[in-house]
Amino acid sequence: MYVIVVGGGKVGYYLAKALRSDGQEVTLIEKLQRRFDLLQEEFGDVAFLGDGCEVRTLEQAGAPRADLVAAVTGDDEDNLVICQMAKRKFNVKRVIARINNPKNEVTFQMLGIDETVSSTKLIYSLIEQEVEVADVIPLTAFRKGQLELVEVALPEGAPSVNRRVRDLALPAKSSLAILVRGNDATIINGDTVLHAGDIIVAITTSAIVQEFRKVMLGRVVPTP
Amino acid sequence: MHAVILGCGRVGATLALMLEAAGHSVAVVDRNREAFRRLGRAFRGKTILGIGIDEDVLHKAGIERAGAFAATTSGDNSNIMSAQIAKIKYKVPRVIARIYDPLRAEAYKELGIDTISPTLLGAGLCLDFILERPWRSVSEYQALPEILAHSM
Repeated sequence: MYVIVVGGGKVGYYLAKALRSDGQEVTLIEKLQRRFDLLQEEFGDVAFLGDGCEVRTLEQAGAPRADLVAAVTGDDEDNLVICQMAKRKFNVKRVIARINNPKNEVTFQMLGIDETVSSTKLIYSLIEQEVEVADVIPLTAFRKGQLELVEVALPEGAPSVNRRVRDLALPAKSSLAILVRGNDATIINGDTVLHAGDIIVAITTSAIVQEFRKVMLGRVVPTP
Repeated sequence: MHAVILGCGRVGATLALMLEAAGHSVAVVDRNREAFRRLGRAFRGKTILGIGIDEDVLHKAGIERAGAFAATTSGDNSNIMSAQIAKIKYKVPRVIARIYDPLRAEAYKELGIDTISPTLLGAGLCLDFILERPWRSVSEYQALPEILAHSM
């Protein structure tokens, strides 16, 4: 896979590094000479000096044959333009934009850029969920944050305790994956009976986290 | 008509004063308070301190009821993004983005955003003056010259 990363800040640097060690072909575009010198020292030909918002730079960096362009500069407007250029001018199949203002997620979608990553939003959602549902802890998010991998610790008296998984009225689009009991981890199936003290790793959509919580934990106040 | 102008530099401020003189209500957005000085004391319109790609800021400027939006900051990409928000999200009828980079201006023109490139306009006017040619129409000045198109 050929990936063009635009923006050689910390995000771009580590992204390029990870992709390269994964064996992917990468070009990392950086517009500031000083930063570029540093990147070239580390990456050699992978580093490319130029403004990724410019049609010419993208062309020279090989955008016409790129499988993916990731715009990860610190400026949302630059990332928007990079992605729009890549998508509409060079027909790049997949473009990903880093955004800082979480509200721009909707704006970007409206302007044709569907895949966005917002660290502000990720951290905010972690804090928000910590406050609201301290007992369903998000571990990681997939699919633009719409799918979540979560962890639930079952306290005494939770409605799901001492019940078989198949008897739980779990909301659609949620499923229990792994059971951690003591030092053992097992795959959960319909016959698994849940116990107090169990830790469950589950997949759920962001929209139904509250419903999921209710089935697993009811109104039980989590023990701190 | 209500007009929202992004960027209170020389172009933005002059445009704001011109629109006001023509009897329109104007709101000007800039991220630097000092910039509003360019409007002078007689300016009656609204000034909003903030970043133009932030929709909360555009909302304060009255984007929902605007009949026109002009993006005149020094940042091409801010202008491109805010113009698209104004046009696509808020359906503002007259939207113009000033874009220095002629190639980017051309690319976004193809994508349906009205753009004006002061680079092409300025260079073209100087060229015609030097070569003692008659002035041309704005759209002729805005057409991407071969020498630039080929370098793509």
